Amino acid sequence: MLKRRQEGIMEKEPAPISKKVEEFLQVFKKGEEFTQELLKENEKLRYRLAQVEEVTKFSDREGTYKVHSLEDRIKFLEDENRGLIERYRVVEEENKDFANRYIEVEAENNNLANLYVASYQLHSTLDFNESLKIILEIVMNLIGAEEFSIMMLDEKTNELTIVAQEGMGPEARASVKLGEGTIGGAAKAGDSFYRDGDPTDLAGVDYLHPLVVIPLKIKEHVIGVIVIYKLLVQKQAFSNVDYELFSMLAGHAATALFSSKLYSQSERKLTTIQSFLDLLKEK
Amino acid sequence: MPEYNFLVVEDSPTMRQLISFALKRIPGSKIVEANDGIDALKKLSTQKFDIILTDINMPIMDGLKLVSMVRNDPAHKTIPIVIITTEGAEEDRKRGLALGANAYIPKPIQTADLLSVVNGILGNK
Repeated sequence: MLKRRQEGIMEKEPAPISKKVEEFLQVFKKGEEFTQELLKENEKLRYRLAQVEEVTKFSDREGTYKVHSLEDRIKFLEDENRGLIERYRVVEEENKDFANRYIEVEAENNNLANLYVASYQLHSTLDFNESLKIILEIVMNLIGAEEFSIMMLDEKTNELTIVAQEGMGPEARASVKLGEGTIGGAAKAGDSFYRDGDPTDLAGVDYLHPLVVIPLKIKEHVIGVIVIYKLLVQKQAFSNVDYELFSMLAGHAATALFSSKLYSQSERKLTTIQSFLDLLKEK
Repeated sequence: MPEYNFLVVEDSPTMRQLISFALKRIPGSKIVEANDGIDALKKLSTQKFDIILTDINMPIMDGLKLVSMVRNDPAHKTIPIVIITTEGAEEDRKRGLALGANAYIPKPIQTADLLSVVNGILGNK
């Protein structure tokens, strides 16, 4: 029985070894296959790595090139930007100049309009009284005087006499001798007079010391004066156009008054002569 | 282009011409001139105006009376009125505006100031 048992054992022993060998061989085979696979995979990975390294090398080169290119572009754009800013500054400066020029031209235009209108109106009539009225209007509305007068020179008596006035009080002298005081002196010299100091200082109107005296002259021959004693409350100071108007009035008002006076005299003489002629005809 | 009708009421031909000269710089402007308040009322009865520009001191009917009459006339009470005058004191300005004037410009006028006021009323820039 024991023997049989031992035989049984003996019979059973070779089976596990071969099986184990077989299993071992299978495992080994699998290990070999796995190793082969690993080697293949390794090769693939090495190839892939090589590819990636190649691409990276290329990317680095390309990236460096791109960075340089972009830096150059940024530098170019920055230069261009600086140039544009400079150009903008120049154009802005020019714009300011143009705006200032525009304001100057506008002011000049305004002045010329005033001078044109004043001159046009002065020569629009041959009526002496109308000429006086127009001068009053110009001095009041365009210059801004409140108290002023127009005096004409009588060459026989050498006296300046008020022929038109605006806003003046009864204490004002109606006539002044040529060469007497500020008014007579300015008329005799033929030079305009402008009182020193603030023209808006209205601490009592002084008819002996006017603000402005403008001799009315035909060439160098004085025929009268415009005398300003007080400015309108809103008139702060004389502007450039005021002096232009004074200068224009000195000549144009003189010729307007002189020609209208001559015309009135000739009209009167013509009427007288016509009356004589009519009388002669009747006889 | 819009058309603007202005009525300039002034007894002084010099000022009428100067104001008209300035207003002509507004494109589409048409100017009618009147010598005094009565003349202005006659012209108002025959034509529509966008703005009345009036002096104060005028013969027959002064500018303040004209402002008052226009403001009490239902047909014309909405017409903007600009007073242009030598009366430059603050109380004069207040009186003119209290009567219904839209603006008050003391003489001597500056073209730029006048155009600025008129364009402001017309809604132009």
